Formats: sequence, structure tokens, C-alpha cells
Amino acid sequence: MVIYGVGLLAFCFLVGQFIGESLGRFLGIEANVGGVGFSMILLMIFTQWFQKKGILPAQTEQGILFWSLMYIPIIIAMSATQNVFAAFSQGILALMAGILPTILLFLCIPMLLKLLSK
Amino acid sequence: MTILNKLFTVNALIVAFLVVAIITWLSTVISQKLLKGKIPGAAIAILCGLILAFFGGKWSGGTKGISDVAGLSGFALLGSSMLRDFAVVATAMGSSLKEMKKTGWIGAISLVLGVFVSFFPAVAIAYAFGYRDAVSLTTIGAGACTFIVGPVTGAAIGANSSVIAISIAAGVFKSVFVTIFTAPLAKWVGLNNPQAAMAYGGLMGTTSGVTAGLAATDPKLVPYGAMTSTFATGVGCLLCPSICFFMVKFIFGQ
Repeated sequence: MVIYGVGLLAFCFLVGQFIGESLGRFLGIEANVGGVGFSMILLMIFTQWFQKKGILPAQTEQGILFWSLMYIPIIIAMSATQNVFAAFSQGILALMAGILPTILLFLCIPMLLKLLSK
Repeated sequence: MTILNKLFTVNALIVAFLVVAIITWLSTVISQKLLKGKIPGAAIAILCGLILAFFGGKWSGGTKGISDVAGLSGFALLGSSMLRDFAVVATAMGSSLKEMKKTGWIGAISLVLGVFVSFFPAVAIAYAFGYRDAVSLTTIGAGACTFIVGPVTGAAIGANSSVIAISIAAGVFKSVFVTIFTAPLAKWVGLNNPQAAMAYGGLMGTTSGVTAGLAATDPKLVPYGAMTSTFATGVGCLLCPSICFFMVKFIFGQ
């Protein structure tokens, strides 16, 4: 059933978020540290395990797949709810403090990858 | 008219589904017919979202973009971090855990490097604009990591609210630029495989920018970028009020 897939996704999501929140608390910072990452690892482990055992029916998988396909529409909605106007009204300092690091970070990608290939 | 008002308010999420579907459809038509597929439809749709967010904020005076406009409040739920993270986690199904383990250490390096490469250039710019005190410089630098690191750091070291506002704005700008520039720059920086996506996610840090940028580039890379970027805000909140703040104090005095 589709809801089993959604339920599995929800379970992994909540456990991962809990680990992320706990890790943040443990480190003494008010932020979730890697919650999404832990959730993803859990989901990958569970789905691969179930697939191996042959107990992941197509319908269950579709419950997860639906949300994975809703990802881009959700991102479009997220973009439309960013505080873009306030950012622009903070002026040129905020603009430059945002753009200069972005440019430098893009330049770092090929450098890091070269390091990786060595 | 009152019927329509009620319909749009009670069914806000459904309205958001419809509006996003229309934006996606228009963007796909523009992408295929006008631009001959040179810019993917998803990239145009996300850009449309950002433009709507600008005017939404301008017209309503609110802080949540288009969702503050009457009748479009459903965008706040559809675009919430809850649903975004839920969908991001879902994209992990079918991606390779082995691939992630293989580049785990590159992810760790990219996270730390990402904080420093964001922080210090932004501090330099704040300095050039006349800021001299370590607290303000650090807060603006932290904002360049992500728009959450800025206010968290500012609150921790006691920055004033106008500086915190600037740091949040810097973070929002970064997220917007990462969103817009990822697709056009992807080829040039070699962003076409899981390893590169993990390095990219850790370096950029901003989850909204990374997830939106990869959506416009290659949705298959999303889980890899998200895997590292989800740690970035935490790493930033850890380093900015501590090591980075000390370094700024050491360089600029007080």
C-alpha cells in the first residue's frame, strides 16, 4: 500500500531529524546538525534492505517516489516564499557580501575535485 | 467574490498546487519554444518563484514572499522547510550509499572550507563599507555562510539588530545566487557526478540554494548535494561565533 511507503519515509525523516537536533544540542548550538543527511542514510539502508528481502512492493515504493517527484514543485514554492524583497532593501553591502563568497566557492569546486582525483 | 475569497483561504494548499503547476507549465513552454531547451524549465520556474517572492514582499510588506499575498498563503506550507526536507529525503531512495561513503572526507573538507571561503570575503566587504568592530564584522561574515548562521552568530556574540538584518540579507542573496548560477556554471566547474555534487553541497552550504540549484541542473544529483549541505548550517554555527570570531578579533583588535 502507498501509505506504507509514505510511513517509512516519515519514520526515517523523524528519526533523522531527532538525531540532527540531538547532535546540535550536544554541540551546544541552536541548529539542526545533519538531520536531513541522517534521514537519507536511514531511508537508503531500509529500502535497500527491504529490496534484498523482496518485501518492497511497487506500491510502497510509489509512496516514496511521489514525494521525490514533488521535490521540484516544492522548491519552486520555496523560492516564491524567500524574503527577496527585504534582501534587496538592505542594499549593496548585503548584495556584495552574498555574491563575492558565491563566486569564490564556485571556483573552489574544481580545485577540491582535483584534490580528490590525486 | 466572498465565495472566491473563502474558497482560496480554506483551500490554500490546493491553490498553491494549482499555481505551481501553472508556473511549471508556462516555464516549460518558455524553455522549449522560446529558448529551444537551452535553459531547463525547472530553472525558469525557480527564477519565476524568486521574482514572485520579490513582488510578494513588496506588495504585502511581509517577510514570506508571495505567501503573504491574500489567497496565496498555501505557498508557505508547500514551500516550508518541513515539506522541502521531506521531499529531499525521498530523493535519496535509489541513490548510492557506497558513492557517499567514498567521498565522505571530501564532504568534510568542503564543509570547513565552505565556512572560511564564505566568511572572510564577506568580512572584508563589511570592512570596506566602514564596519570596524569585531562583532559586526563577524555577524556579517557569518551571514554569508547561510541566512541561519548569521542571526544565530549575531545573537550569540551580541550584535545589534540592523547588523543582523544585513547578515540575513547576505545569506538570502547567497541562496538566490547559488540557485540562479548553478545550472549555467555546472558544466564549467565539472558539476556532473555524485562526488562533485557532494563537494558543491558542502562548499555552498545554503540548503535552499543547493537543492534549488541542483533541481535546475540535474535532479539525480540532489541527494548528494543535500547530504553535505545539511551539515553546513551546523558547522557554520559552530565555527563562526568561536574560531572565526577569535580570528576577526585578532586581526582587527578589541
